[in-house]
Amino acid sequence: MAAIEVNHLVRTFAGDVKAVQGVDLEVAQGEIYAFLGPNGAGKTTTVRMLTTLLKPTSGSATVAGFDVVKDAGKVRRAIGVALQEAALDPLMTGRELMQLQGTLHGIPRAEARRRGDALIGRVGLTNAADRRVGTYSGGMRRRLDLATALVHEPSVLFLDEPTTGLDPASRAAIWEEVRKLNQEGTTVFLTTQYLEEADQLAARVGIIDDGLMAAEGTPRELKAQVGKPRLELRLAEGSPEACSEVVGRFGELLPPKDGVLVVALPDGAAAIAPIIRALDGAGITVQDLHLAEPTLDDVFLEKTGRHLEGAEEGAAPEAEPEQVA
Amino acid sequence: MSTAVAARLRPSPGLVANARVVGALSMRSLKQAFRRPQFLAPIVIFPSLFLAVNVGGAGRATDIPAFPDVAGFLDFELAGAIVQATMLSAVSGGIALALDIESGFMDRLIASPISRAAIVVGRLASTAVMGVIAGVWFIAIGLIFGAEIKAGVPGALLVIVLAAATASAWGGFGAALALRSGTASVVQGVFPLVFVIIFLSSAFFPGNLLLEPAKTISDWNPMSFIAEAMRDPIVSGISGEPLLEGVLAIAGVLALGAGLSVWGLRKRLAG
Repeated sequence: MAAIEVNHLVRTFAGDVKAVQGVDLEVAQGEIYAFLGPNGAGKTTTVRMLTTLLKPTSGSATVAGFDVVKDAGKVRRAIGVALQEAALDPLMTGRELMQLQGTLHGIPRAEARRRGDALIGRVGLTNAADRRVGTYSGGMRRRLDLATALVHEPSVLFLDEPTTGLDPASRAAIWEEVRKLNQEGTTVFLTTQYLEEADQLAARVGIIDDGLMAAEGTPRELKAQVGKPRLELRLAEGSPEACSEVVGRFGELLPPKDGVLVVALPDGAAAIAPIIRALDGAGITVQDLHLAEPTLDDVFLEKTGRHLEGAEEGAAPEAEPEQVA
Repeated sequence: MSTAVAARLRPSPGLVANARVVGALSMRSLKQAFRRPQFLAPIVIFPSLFLAVNVGGAGRATDIPAFPDVAGFLDFELAGAIVQATMLSAVSGGIALALDIESGFMDRLIASPISRAAIVVGRLASTAVMGVIAGVWFIAIGLIFGAEIKAGVPGALLVIVLAAATASAWGGFGAALALRSGTASVVQGVFPLVFVIIFLSSAFFPGNLLLEPAKTISDWNPMSFIAEAMRDPIVSGISGEPLLEGVLAIAGVLALGAGLSVWGLRKRLAG
């Protein structure tokens, strides 16, 4: 049984605004699925339908085996939800919020307290647990939000843009926690506008644009659809013609750009060592060599005709992750 | 008692779970009110200042011919201050609910496996507690400054119960407005309406001394019946007619407010 199964899901709003125009997707149990798209693409509307916050106009969806309309209550018991812009009460303390969340899920008081304390520790907020949420940083809020979504040990976790607006360190901390949860067996459905996030975390990626699925597959499959890895070479010594002749044996020569030779390599990085040996044998010295892999932005560009907003913002974090137990 | 009878009398697990959720949400709302002074101030401070200004400035109103026979103007005005506080607590509750919607906290509740009604009932329960606080506060203020509760402790308790019921009844309107608009500023915009409803009633001034058309409006205004039901134990003693009329007025407001809030909740859940 799939953890999430969506069949031609449609949602229109007043004024015939078609936010979601017929999404089909399937997420296997234990998978991390990233729903990638720019602002206004229909990601959040889809998540709101899957989490029973919004009724579909047409189509159907099941989550954890339950229909999101007919068995909404059972869906709510099975899922954890951390929505965009962490919806936390700034006047409550972290510990109070965890306790409330436990009560909302019908967990006995003592058990809710035990689980709440454990989760607060897990996301590294023990020292801030009795402070009001209003005093938390953006990263702390997101971690607390994530912890509240886990208090009832859900089998499917929905994360709506979990790292939007966070600094690289906080983003890395959330990524780390999502990976751990997935390793423990939780299915994760996350929406993001960050390419790097989808690439780093997801086993499969769905690209949504204007309420329609533009592409779906593993990051590797999607990248393979739009092109092969490209080797870019800048010569120190030797003629460009001779160099082209040598590297042309390993792949398809592409038009040079700014004096840099470009060759598409079907074998990717595996071809680099033979190329260097061949160039050396031909007496050609390379000043700079760079293997450029296709990115999900290339996929997005290919499928939608434009770049994804926030693509650069989603670059890999450089700082160390915040402490997450 | 047989096991079967005991099982029948035991509350269902669903009822217990819902009661627990209502209690938790109500407690959260109360903490919110006490942690955010702007929620508490309109309920206690504004009506207290209003009472002080009214009693200090118009204390000789009791000398007006046909003014009801009361021990003092403060005794007469206490019911007005309490109903004013209950209405303001209803508006504050509505604002808090609208803020929950604006911030997305409401989504957290809706995405939880709880009864939808518990979300509104939890809010109304906390508004009722604010009504109790208002009742206790103004009775204490009255006693400190020389008022007398003619019906004694039972009368004071009755006033407090009526205050709680009135607050939650009007709270339904605040909740409905919050649920339909989803915007705190819209709910806040009804503050002036509270004063119109109160001044077109017998809450602060005897209905028989009002000029037309205010008198006719006051005669039909449910707030007049509620104020008279609270005033009666303070100025004379508990008597059946004003109490019954007050309870019926509260029931009417409660039915209408609850109906509107259920409709508002359904509309919101339908997206």
